[in-house]
Amino acid sequence: MSDFLKIQGLQARIDADGTPKDILKGLDLEIPKGEVHAIMGPNGSGKSTLSYVLAGRDDYEVTGGSATFKGQDLLALEPEERAALGLFLAFQSPVELPGVNNANFLRTAVNAVRRARGEAELDAVAFLKAVRAETKHLSMSDDMLKRAVNVGFSGGEKKRNEVLQMRLLQPSFAILDETDSGLDIDALRIVAEGVNSLRSPDFSALVITHHQRLLDYIVPDRVHVMAHGRIIHSGGPEIAKTLEKQGYTQFLEAAA
Amino acid sequence: MPAVTETRETVEKLAKSSYEWGFETDIEMDIAPKGLNEETVRLISERKGEPQWMLDWRLKAFRAWLEMEEPTWAHIHHPPIDYQDAHYFAQPKKKPGPKSLDEVDPELLKTYAKLGIPLHEQALLAGVEGAEEARLPVAVDAVFDSVSVATTFRKTLAEAGVIFCPISEAIREHPELVRKYLGTVVPVSDNFFGALNSAVFTDGSFVYIPEGVRCPMELSTYFRINARNTGQFERTLIIAEDRATVSYLEGCTAPQRDENQLHAAVVELIAMEDASIKYSTVQNWYPGDDEGRGGIYNFVTKRGICRGARSKISWTQVETGSAITWKYPSCVLAGEGSVGEFYSVAVTNNHQQADTGTKMIHLAPNTRSTIIAKTISAGQSDSTYRGLVRMQPKARNARNFTQCDSLLIGDQCGAHTVPYIESRNMTARVEHEATTSKISEDQLFYCRSRGLSEEDAVGLIVNGFCREVLKELPMEFAVEAQKLLQISLEGSVG
Ligand SMILES: Nc1ncnc2c1ncn2[C@@H]1O[C@H](COP(=O)(O)OP(=O)(O)OP(=O)(O)O)[C@@H](O)[C@H]1O
Ligand SMILES: [Mg+2]
Repeated sequence: MSDFLKIQGLQARIDADGTPKDILKGLDLEIPKGEVHAIMGPNGSGKSTLSYVLAGRDDYEVTGGSATFKGQDLLALEPEERAALGLFLAFQSPVELPGVNNANFLRTAVNAVRRARGEAELDAVAFLKAVRAETKHLSMSDDMLKRAVNVGFSGGEKKRNEVLQMRLLQPSFAILDETDSGLDIDALRIVAEGVNSLRSPDFSALVITHHQRLLDYIVPDRVHVMAHGRIIHSGGPEIAKTLEKQGYTQFLEAAA
Repeated sequence: MPAVTETRETVEKLAKSSYEWGFETDIEMDIAPKGLNEETVRLISERKGEPQWMLDWRLKAFRAWLEMEEPTWAHIHHPPIDYQDAHYFAQPKKKPGPKSLDEVDPELLKTYAKLGIPLHEQALLAGVEGAEEARLPVAVDAVFDSVSVATTFRKTLAEAGVIFCPISEAIREHPELVRKYLGTVVPVSDNFFGALNSAVFTDGSFVYIPEGVRCPMELSTYFRINARNTGQFERTLIIAEDRATVSYLEGCTAPQRDENQLHAAVVELIAMEDASIKYSTVQNWYPGDDEGRGGIYNFVTKRGICRGARSKISWTQVETGSAITWKYPSCVLAGEGSVGEFYSVAVTNNHQQADTGTKMIHLAPNTRSTIIAKTISAGQSDSTYRGLVRMQPKARNARNFTQCDSLLIGDQCGAHTVPYIESRNMTARVEHEATTSKISEDQLFYCRSRGLSEEDAVGLIVNGFCREVLKELPMEFAVEAQKLLQISLEGSVG
């Protein structure tokens, strides 16, 4: 089971206006099946980069290390193949798709993934039923299904839309990149519940956050501290509380 | 940027997939010899069994054409067209106008199937009676090469007083209407291609909606070029009397071939008081191969006149085909408070060239026009939006709103926007908005991370870009248009 998600010595860089910039500098992380882990770390430490590299964004060049997911070389797969395999990324900044009807987008995505997984596609009626159940759960208005994907959505609405997508795509591993930022207290609870109700021996998640408060709702099995492109410390949920009180200094010093 | 490079490679690979609907039908043809002279015009008129006045009209147009020069102002390039190196008349040897399916050549029905004519419309062709009982709201007048070989739903339409027939038939059976209106919107000497069409047009549709009648179904014509070297010269005339309403659909695909083919259609629309005409086109002529060889040259004159007060003419077009498109569906707003609309999606790929747009001529007070033009360019293609908005001195309080959006795919294509605005009335108002954008890597990655293939992602994004136009299409047509966009993008985008 320990071979669910395994990242070893991962290095990645980006081309920043012609000069390569190393961001991930030998990152190790293992997430067993059924566990929820959290990553906390200062701005710019590479948390979003890690999530993009795992999801397959090709602006990033992987220069070393490996990542396997369910025994497969994750880094060799196309983004859509990773999605089909069960990986999902809730974006820190969800992308707007002007003119693309949200319901249509969701259905296209759900059926693409179902097809790839060898499951039957959902017809319009079945899909609408599924989506209505979820929007109700997430206290989203139907109006958001009729609008263009993320266009004119408030920060919180965008995040809820990400959680909606996650629930519809039924991933076995979800990365939530600061899904809590910009949420009001009620929304935070709703979103956390949206994640918690997926928790099962077959569902793992990596929750990236700056706020200990989210981890009161989604209690992680482990917390990792990330800095300068690496995991510098790992421990139980209590680390989050320490961080909240004392900041990153002690971990940074210990790692130096 | 590795992402961009890879995308381009994908695109290039995709572009190799050949024209999906390139095929030819094996039907015996009656073809006139190559060449264009007065004899050709006389031959066409004679084969069509036309009266003298029609022949005279054609000859007048032909003589005008001889005096005219091919226009060169459009942003398109092509080798000189040899007008003598084409056939101007071709028709299947089977007798035209079958009364039942048995009389329709099975090859033709196979062609319809390959063309992806919607099932319910195939059903119309496959069994007129059954389809009629189901009261399907679409009538098909299929133009196969130059002669209409299948016309359906004539009875239902006749009951409503609607005339929907091949124009050659209208010339014989409703000469008073044809004589009254033909050439009143696009005069024989209007332009080079219009004059050519007037001289040698072989078929097309005629629609007459009497006063107060709402046409009981969408009228639909499928065009198809099928004979080698046969210029296509369709002529369409639609008249909506006071308070009449009609929606007309025109769609076409063409078989793959080597030689350039000239297509010069003329469409005339006439809307009387409180009448409304909606004209929708999905155009998918063969665009040529990856190097741009062999596509259709499409030089079209489409113009409508809102003669009556509060009348309305709406053009919606989705243009994905042709090697060259030269087309400016226009509205002359002569009736007080009349409305003109133009909704357009033009897709160019590989070496396609399109110079298209509209003209809104405001003659009367309180007239309004809306122009929404979406241009998508990929490959090494070149696309120009050319639009004229003219406010004449009497166009008090006239309004125009124009929005032109271009989407570029790759960095070897071009998009140009050329708006001409002429206002001769101080109270008239003209608004123009234009944007140019690219499909971003962010958008593609977002879609792909949700399980969509790159192709599907592009299709979705492009359809979103075109949404404001696609939603103007009648339901059954919108679905087809989306499919068509996707297909033309498969060979084009990333
Ligand atoms: N396209 C890019 N060009 C240049 N630098 C980049 C690019 N993308 C990321 N970076 C840099 O890489 C570093 C890591 O960024 P990343 O977004 O992964 O940080 P993060 O840990 O998610 O930060 P935050 O907590 O603020 O979300 C930052 O210094 C950022 O500026
Ligand atoms: Mg981040």
